[in-house]
Amino acid sequence: MDEPKRLTRAEVAHVAVLARLDLSEEELDLYTEQLAQVLDHAADVASLDLAGVAPTAHALAVTNVLRPDEPTPGVDREEVLAQAPSVEDHRFRVPRILGEAP
Amino acid sequence: MKPGWEMVIGLEVHCELKTATKLFCGCPNMFGDEPNTNVCPVCLGLPGSLPVLNQKAVELAMAIGTALDCEIRSSTFHRKNYFYPDQAKDYQISQYDEPINVNGHLDLPDGTQVGIERAHMEEDTGKTSHSGISGRIHGAAYSLVDYNRSGVPLVEIVSAPDMRSSAQARAYATELRAVLVASGASDGKMEEGSMRVDANVSVRRSSDDPFGTRCEIKNLNSVRSLGRAIEFEAERQIVLIESGERVVQQTRHWDEDAGRTVTLRSKEDAYDYRYFLEPDLVPLVPDAEWIGAVADTLGLMPAKRRSRLIELLEDAGGVTDAQVDQVATVVDLGLDELVIAAAAGGVASSLALTRTANEAATDADRARRLDPVSYTALLTMEAGGSLSATQAKAVLADLLVAGGGDPAAIAKAKGFEVMSEDSLTSVIADAVAAHPDEWARYCEGGEKGDKLAGFFTGLVMKATRGQANGKAVAAELHRLRA
Repeated sequence: MDEPKRLTRAEVAHVAVLARLDLSEEELDLYTEQLAQVLDHAADVASLDLAGVAPTAHALAVTNVLRPDEPTPGVDREEVLAQAPSVEDHRFRVPRILGEAP
Repeated sequence: MKPGWEMVIGLEVHCELKTATKLFCGCPNMFGDEPNTNVCPVCLGLPGSLPVLNQKAVELAMAIGTALDCEIRSSTFHRKNYFYPDQAKDYQISQYDEPINVNGHLDLPDGTQVGIERAHMEEDTGKTSHSGISGRIHGAAYSLVDYNRSGVPLVEIVSAPDMRSSAQARAYATELRAVLVASGASDGKMEEGSMRVDANVSVRRSSDDPFGTRCEIKNLNSVRSLGRAIEFEAERQIVLIESGERVVQQTRHWDEDAGRTVTLRSKEDAYDYRYFLEPDLVPLVPDAEWIGAVADTLGLMPAKRRSRLIELLEDAGGVTDAQVDQVATVVDLGLDELVIAAAAGGVASSLALTRTANEAATDADRARRLDPVSYTALLTMEAGGSLSATQAKAVLADLLVAGGGDPAAIAKAKGFEVMSEDSLTSVIADAVAAHPDEWARYCEGGEKGDKLAGFFTGLVMKATRGQANGKAVAAELHRLRA
């Protein structure tokens, strides 16, 4: 079996950009090493013979967990908006967004 | 479309489901409420909240799959991660590699079959508005977010690239909308955003060539915009290729006022969504019994309902182009049962269709609740000559308001009585005597002369305040001329 590819520093930098994390060079080195260790640990699974094991979508052996389509009380708007750093016109006021929604 | 070129179109349609509550929480699914009044910890993405799937939303998604002849199968939910404030939790829960519906098709009225690759469930986003100098995003100083729509259940229907003209794309959107409404899954209101269409467009010189590089067009808020945007985009791509450049795969924004598409982002900026299985939701595994129960609740789809009316007309002797349009109107408004009931009651299908498409359709909400027995009785009176067309329309207006009733009693209360043949003859004679020149031209016949029959009928109708039977007037005019 091929040796799993190790996580690269460039990949960590990419994920940091996606998550809008501003990491220093030292932090990038540190997290690359730490995340690689986590992934190496998970990669141990690859060394097992899983030929006869069906893929699993979930750790629980449960399916079709549903609720009826009945309204339940939400949270009072004033209480919700009171938690926000900035509010205008009963809406959450957030920093300027570049580009349109994905 | 420029000769020597062919366009290839695939559409992605987002449809909001007509549930009482959101997809993963019990907040009301309601358009137009005061901002941030239908929110809770789940749809605000607060820590510790957990999503629970709405059974009704699943059943409406299965109804869409059934209506589009899809294979309905086991599915899972993923987190689609992206950084944008329209989702408070920074990801959207969507179906990714295991959607609930796959491999269906939609048949267009012109006979084209458009493949449906998938129709999967996902949650809608909140609504952002941008404040600032220009009102447009790039000039905005900050953005405001309303999370009422966040978590509203959606089904995204992805077609195969099977359409070859903007007309076909418009027909697809129109037919799909009718199917979504008929299946009870959605109200299909494009103007309220409950149905949203994105178009993938590419061009090629021949249908034997491989597909060209495609661009995705967003912000299409009407079927008309869809057609215009596709025409513009195909032309833009052709000009690029013919001038030796190449089409760059990108997402483009339709500017309705300017009538053009503009770059939104290129493939290089494509989002990296880092999909992974949503750990808070378990797989959805519908069995044959559940799928069958949902299918049993579905009525006939529009294509089938149109063909039923067409068959009625064909049995009665044939179908004109105008009647095909009337059939489309009647089915679109959900009034086809009225026509079928009247025809079953002995009314000529052409009369039943005309009254339904022209008169009942103007008050479709009431017409859908109209007692078909009353309607049939009214049309029977008109067909038998005991009410003129004008009188029948007046009685129909009353029946619509009341939801039904006895048309004979209403006609009597209105003082509608059939004019005796003698008095009708004398009214016609007066009209003829008062307009000798027109009468002479009518008697000459020919295309121009024959048109004057309408002139004399109008005079008679005016003199009798609409109580004359139009057919009887026409017959008398014809007899006098002969």
